[in-house]
Amino acid sequence: MLKNLRERMSPTDIVMWSIGGLLMLLIVWGSASTIIKGTYSARHWVDFVIFGLAQGSIYALIAMGYTMVYGVLRMINFAHSEVFMSGPYTAYFFAAYFYRSGLLDSHPVISLVLVFIVSMATSTLIAVLLERIAYRPLRGAPRLVPLITAIGASFFLQYVFRGLYGSGFQAYPVVTALEGHFALGPIRVLKFQALVIVAAGLLMVALYQFTQRTRLGKALRSVSEDKEASALMGIDVDRMISMTFMIGGAAAGAAGVLYAIMFKQVHFFMGFIPGIKAFTAAVLGGIGNIPGAMLGGIFLGLVESVGPSLFLDGLGIVAPYQLKDAIAFTMLVLVLIFRPSGILGERLAVTKA
Amino acid sequence: MTATPTQRLPGFRMGVIGGVCLVLLSLIGMVYAFNQREIVSGVISMGQTLLVFTSAFIAYMAVKRTPSRSAGPVLAAGVTAGLVMAALLALLILLGKTVNLRQVFINASPALFNLLLFHQELGTGLGLLLLAGALIGALTGLLYLMPSLWRRALVTGFCSLAVVGMLQDLIAPIIGAWGPFAVLSDWLFSGNGLSLGGGMGLFIAAAGATAIWSTNRQAVGHRIQRMQPGPKRNLKLTAILVAAVLLLILPHALGLFLSEVLTIVGLYVLLGLGLNIVVGFAGLLDLGYVAFFAIGSYTVAILTSPELGFFSLTFWQALPFAIIFGIIAGVMLGIPVLKMRGDYLAIATLGFGEIIRILVLSDALRPWLGGAQGIGKITKAQIGEFEFASPQEVYYLLLAGCILVGFISWRLRDSRLGRAWMAMREDEDVAQAMGINLVATKLMAFATGAGFSALSGAIFASKIGSVYPHSFNVMISINILCVIIVGGMGSMPGVVVGAFALVGLPELLREFAEYRLLVYGAALVAMMLLKPEGLWPEATHVRELHDSAETQGPPAAGAPAVPPG
Repeated sequence: MLKNLRERMSPTDIVMWSIGGLLMLLIVWGSASTIIKGTYSARHWVDFVIFGLAQGSIYALIAMGYTMVYGVLRMINFAHSEVFMSGPYTAYFFAAYFYRSGLLDSHPVISLVLVFIVSMATSTLIAVLLERIAYRPLRGAPRLVPLITAIGASFFLQYVFRGLYGSGFQAYPVVTALEGHFALGPIRVLKFQALVIVAAGLLMVALYQFTQRTRLGKALRSVSEDKEASALMGIDVDRMISMTFMIGGAAAGAAGVLYAIMFKQVHFFMGFIPGIKAFTAAVLGGIGNIPGAMLGGIFLGLVESVGPSLFLDGLGIVAPYQLKDAIAFTMLVLVLIFRPSGILGERLAVTKA
Repeated sequence: MTATPTQRLPGFRMGVIGGVCLVLLSLIGMVYAFNQREIVSGVISMGQTLLVFTSAFIAYMAVKRTPSRSAGPVLAAGVTAGLVMAALLALLILLGKTVNLRQVFINASPALFNLLLFHQELGTGLGLLLLAGALIGALTGLLYLMPSLWRRALVTGFCSLAVVGMLQDLIAPIIGAWGPFAVLSDWLFSGNGLSLGGGMGLFIAAAGATAIWSTNRQAVGHRIQRMQPGPKRNLKLTAILVAAVLLLILPHALGLFLSEVLTIVGLYVLLGLGLNIVVGFAGLLDLGYVAFFAIGSYTVAILTSPELGFFSLTFWQALPFAIIFGIIAGVMLGIPVLKMRGDYLAIATLGFGEIIRILVLSDALRPWLGGAQGIGKITKAQIGEFEFASPQEVYYLLLAGCILVGFISWRLRDSRLGRAWMAMREDEDVAQAMGINLVATKLMAFATGAGFSALSGAIFASKIGSVYPHSFNVMISINILCVIIVGGMGSMPGVVVGAFALVGLPELLREFAEYRLLVYGAALVAMMLLKPEGLWPEATHVRELHDSAETQGPPAAGAPAVPPG
């Protein structure tokens, strides 16, 4: 038994497991001492969790785009963060108009739906154009080529939108109907956070059902499984890839409006950080795997929101909230060490890219 | 066969695409911003040049797609494309005159429309615009019909006009500083751009030189090839000597600003050479490369800066520590990611880079690392009394670093280790089966790359004199990756070329900082679409790309099917 174990563990494995073990120990120790110290009451923790859920469901929606594109094309679509930015930034002008004309207060549902539609349409358009112009000619190129193209497209889109709409922060109008909170038993939930969680949840369920139940969704999955075989089965691969970008774009557009509602501002650079986080979420969940992206997003959101107070406060670290991104990325490294294919495992036909 | 609209109206589709491009260029404010500068004083401004070049390029694409090469259809296609582009711009103007576009598009100002209307009344202006479009289309058609020698000469002439006009702020003082050439500078430039005479002179010179060169190029090549080995070696030696002397006097010839640009390019060359080992040789996609740069910088800062007061070493004493810490960090990062492949590796290394930056930025580590305020008063490198302080002096430090790193990675490339890296890049499993120790090979790649990065970080710290966490964000890693890919993956001269193209050129155009990254992004995309192997590729890499294009690419549309046998 012991000999068997020694054969299976190489020295690097031992180093990796000890790094991981050390970090785990720190986490457990930190959490324990935070809880014993009792700086935060149960109310605080609930607030943290709800904020984390809201943030995480936004990450999850963006992560869908990354993971679906990765599943089909095996490329990191770096420009997806700009697809995410383009929607709410364009929709901002509609939202601001609705606000000025009072429609946002008198008919909040209609105007929000319109804002969502504009945002999703813009993001979808940008995503499809991106695929058509920048990525389609590169099918079959070595892996780094589309990656650099995506980085270039990301810069280009950022600065195009900066040129079009200006470089300042635009304050998203406050929706009065979403102010305040309501009580779910003893738990009080901010209304806009509830909207974010519910809307993102509905969208994700719809998307998942679409890929699992419809003929189109089946074709989509088949293309991500094996392009040649799908083409032989009469599936239009190019159209399916376009479709992937459309769905990813629409999800990102919706996520963008939710993000704008939550943080109340838009900016041409707003996509960068959520983009990286969402990609991290996709990897966490197991890239190419749609439920994995959802789970990864929510997990990441929760870790970011609960983590700093839970793990670091107990260790006596100053200003733990500054380290939330470090926690998120450490979590990523940990997951990759202990489970290199992500939480749910990747669903790729070929394991070697 | 039914005639599609494209066939009935050749140039229409390209015209629409071009028109959208022009409208976009106008709306994002590039046309107006560039208009502050003139290419040829009183004749054409930079904004107009931008429009003309874009529309001419699109019209050329349209013309190239016409099936026949006879004058009629070609000119028709050109004129159609030009007219459609002008018409779309005209639509934008009409829209802008009726609706206040500025509420959304901040750059849709009356000044822009005035410019597009040639500062005329609406009616005349629109007429002139359409006329200009048609004219550009027709001229492009003519250009296409010309013999290729003429075409090449004319295009080079126009391009050199645009380039010299655009970089006049840099070129004029350099030429002006060299006594006898001052007259030339006075003749070439006047006011805000090239003078009319100077522009014409430059155009004729550039076009003539191109024509002469392209007719005689083969003869010169043959003469060099047929040379005896002795004289050939002498020629080579002379070339190397001239290059060395040029490299040594470069900062003094170029002046302060350009030397500063050179040092920035030098830093990126150093970083690029290091990342080239990790990504180019070993095929490990590392997006957290900036972490080692930061570690190098911060090590030097902590060891030398009196501000923190822990140590007060000299730069040269701190340098080995910086490199050693970089190497250790490289191995530390390497171990957890050993088993990850491609994109997981990319995201894990990216995470690692961010963790380092966030830790440095945090208040928790502030007493040791300075937090957001960074660390200042880092000592300069010194040899005896000579201090590497100004950009012109730091240049030599960087030159020495680049030569050292270049030499090491050149020797490594052909060594046993280098070949192991390349085998691993091509196929990990096969490499392992051939007896390559993957763990050691990978860790060596990470360690070497990290050491080079730390070296350049150390030089960076002493050059700037202070370090801030904000200097070490992900964008640096991404930029370095772009440098080596655009230069040509795995190719060392490519790194230098890539650094000049992606770091040097944008620095020169600081004036248009707002559009720098836009152009940078567009150039990256265009580069990957048109020349994915890079500017100065390795021979094997080109072969690989072209092989894959031949075997995987679909048969060219419209190519006649050749029956077998």
